[in-house]
Formats: sequence, structure tokens, C-alpha cells
Amino acid sequence: METYFTKEHEWVKVKDGVASVGITEYAAHQLGDVTFVELPKVGKTVKQFEVLAAIESVKAASDIYAPVSGKVTQVNEALDERPEIVNEAAEDAGWMAIMDMADPAELQKLMTREQYDEYVRSLG
Amino acid sequence: MEPLKNTPLCAEHEKLKALMAPFGGWNMPIQYEGIIAEHRWCREKAALFDICHMGEFHFKGDIIASGLEDVFTFSVKSIPVGRSRYGFLLNKNGGVIDDLIVFRLADDEAMVVVNAATIAKDFAAISARLSGGEFRDISAATGKLDLQGPLSREVLSGVVGPEIAAIPYFKFIRTKVLGADAIVSRTGYTGELGYEIFLPAEKSVDLWNRLLADDRVKPAGLGARDVLRLEMGYSLYGSDIDETTTPIEAGLETFVNFDKAFVGKEALLKQRAEGVKRLKVAFDVTSRRSPRHDYEIHFEGERVGTVTSGVFSPMLGCGIGMGYVNPSVATLGAPLTITHEKVSMEATVVDLPFYRGGSLRS
Repeated sequence: METYFTKEHEWVKVKDGVASVGITEYAAHQLGDVTFVELPKVGKTVKQFEVLAAIESVKAASDIYAPVSGKVTQVNEALDERPEIVNEAAEDAGWMAIMDMADPAELQKLMTREQYDEYVRSLG
Repeated sequence: MEPLKNTPLCAEHEKLKALMAPFGGWNMPIQYEGIIAEHRWCREKAALFDICHMGEFHFKGDIIASGLEDVFTFSVKSIPVGRSRYGFLLNKNGGVIDDLIVFRLADDEAMVVVNAATIAKDFAAISARLSGGEFRDISAATGKLDLQGPLSREVLSGVVGPEIAAIPYFKFIRTKVLGADAIVSRTGYTGELGYEIFLPAEKSVDLWNRLLADDRVKPAGLGARDVLRLEMGYSLYGSDIDETTTPIEAGLETFVNFDKAFVGKEALLKQRAEGVKRLKVAFDVTSRRSPRHDYEIHFEGERVGTVTSGVFSPMLGCGIGMGYVNPSVATLGAPLTITHEKVSMEATVVDLPFYRGGSLRS
């Protein structure tokens, strides 16, 4: 399974054309305690880099953008009751949506783990 | 812009890897381990706050002859020695220059405790209204630590002495803390049993570390403090009240004594007679969404006001906030819609405090 990253700090893990999506540990740390996640509706179709979901923390409200185009097939309903899972395991149990990916070629517009780590370091 | 000021505890915050940010001209700790964890620790155990940024003024002289009695919206003369009182310093229009607490130290002696961002303007405004007595800004020489939470009495008794255990709410004692002259006051900004300790600034680090050595105590930052105070419905100067708002609009008339003279009284009487154009209300949100400062308030499709404070309340499990609205919708149960760009949340006007389970008066 390959993981790719956006400049807006989303991750996407891809296997057999199915993409799971969330925000990075770096983003979760920057947000502080997450208090609310507005998950997308199952069936929603979204284009790459469009708004997919929204997240609120004790500090800020922000949008979450789709790392790839596609259709949402499943959402992590556990986050409705316990949004703090995003702080506990942003890149694992804190996933937000599973999507049928429309175009694998879009992955080329994203960063690899190494590139993302370098990008985060450049943010200081 | 003046450079940010540091409290005597700056190096301690750095050791604790606090997230620091500017607040009222000061470089202050916003959080250590996390706002919600620190909030919970304060509600369940004892949280320690660095509040050295707040200002303290010392007055010595005749309270009546100096004019001090007429400076605030409450009577200083009638505060018994050993007690403190909350109220306002107003401008001529009835706007709030600051909200503050006066401690009656002796018959001819008082301490005024003010917000950090307003120290200079408060000192100027009060000085201008005094015609006698000695009035000094002792902020730089004074350290202030707040220990708040249901276990604060036990913890502080062990460090200061058993005499602090008998202090009732809004009373204080002058005592020795770590060998230095100090004031221990049963006041706070959290809704929990708690103490504010005033001591020489150079003793702040010693007391801070002594209290943190107790494993019932954890440090808490201004982030947690904001959630705690808002769950109690306490106003934050600069957000909920300022020079453009009056105590009547803010629903804080109970801290205004109309039986005495004070600057701003004429304006407040006029406002009371003619009615206000807006009123501060509290509301809770039907979801976990947080209202935030400057979000819009709507009622039945019409814009009726603006949010001044809002957070997610960990105790209530929903968003809570305060804001000014058209008086016609300032009624308990009124359904409001809070919006900001594409964010929208439903809310209901409620009574304060939001959170009623605190140990404040235990």
C-alpha cells in the first residue's frame, strides 16, 4: 500500500483503486485537540483538491481537501462521537473517508512520504 | 509595536515545552500537554496558571477624601478589610475601560487587580480621578499564580499552611508564602475552588516549582483558562466587554451600585431609562461545532448580532458562546443560527452559567 500527501496535510493510502483519506499527524498536532469532524456524505463525488470534509479544534476551524477525485463509499462514523481519535492516531484509526478513486494518474500531483517529511521540515 | 513582555516564569514554560503566543502584549503559555487535558485536570484535580501578566496597583490614603470611592461602579469604602469585590472602571459614556477586583487591605489601603492589556490606560484613568493618597503601579514587582481545582485547598494548605483552608469565597489573607509577604485570595476565573496568590515577582519561580512538585498539580495555559471561564459565563475583557459596551448591555448590572457616584453613571441611567440597543446573551449549540469571535448571529433569517466568545465545552459536549443581539431576541429559549462563511450551526439562548458542577463554593 502506497501513501501520498498533499500540501494541505491530507494523506491518501491507495490499494486496488480504493483510497482511504485523512489528515497527517503534523496537521493534527497543529490543530490541537480536535472537537468536531464534519464527515462527507456517503455517495458524494468530489474532485481532487476540492473540499471533502471540515474539522474543528479548540483553536481553529478548517477545511479538509480531497487528495484525489472520486466517490465517497464509506466514512469513519467513530469520529462523530470521538473526534479526538484524530489526535490519537491521525494516520491510522483517525481516517475520515474511503473513496473509489477516479483517476490514479492524479497521484503524481501528490508527495511521497519522503517529500512530505521534507516539506514539513521546510515549514519550520 | 512594543516587544512582547515575558513573565518571570518564561524559562519554566520553555522547560515544559509550552506552546507560547502573544496575549495582551505578553508572551504567554497557551497550552502544555493540551487544552482539553488541562481543562479536565482543573475540573478534577488542581491546575496551576501563570497570571503574572495581570496588573496590580496599590493605594494608600483616605478612600473618601482621595476620591477613590467614586472611581469604580462599586463602593470601595464598604468592602470589609480582608474582602475583595468585582466591578468596573467606566468611561463617561458608560463603556468599560476595564473589569477588575479591588482588595481591601486595610482601612486606608487597597489593591486593584486589572487585566494585562489595560494596565497603562487603567493606571492613567484612575490616577486622573484621584485627588489624594498614594497610588502606585506595582505590577512589575508582583507575581501572581492561580491554583484552581477541587484539590487546590489541600495542596495549598501543604505549601502555605493550614490557615488558608478557612478562607471563604472572595476573602483573602495576608500571610507568608515561602518566607515572603504574600496575599492568598479565594478567587479565580474557572468556576472551581481555587486561589490567587500574589507574591514578590522574584518568588514566582520558587512557588511555581514547589506547587508543580505535587503530583496532584499540573500547569495549565490560557487556552484551558478560556474554556473554563466561558463554561462559567465569565466575560473576557477585550472580547465580551470593552469601551464600546456598557455593563447594562453586558448583563452585568449587578456589579454596578447606582446608590453612589461613579464616572459613567449618567450614561448608564440614561441607557436604563431609554432601553439598550443590544444585550449580551449566552447560547449553546446543538452540535459539537464551536461558535467563534465575530461569527454572525441570525434569528428567523435576519442578522441580529455577533458572537464575542465561543468554544467547544468539554463538560457539556457541545459548542457554547456569548454574543450581543437585538434585545427582542434576548429571551431564554430563543432559537439562533450562528454562521460564518459556509459554516452554520443551530443554537439556543440559555441561562448562565453553562456548567453548574464546579467546586467553586465547596
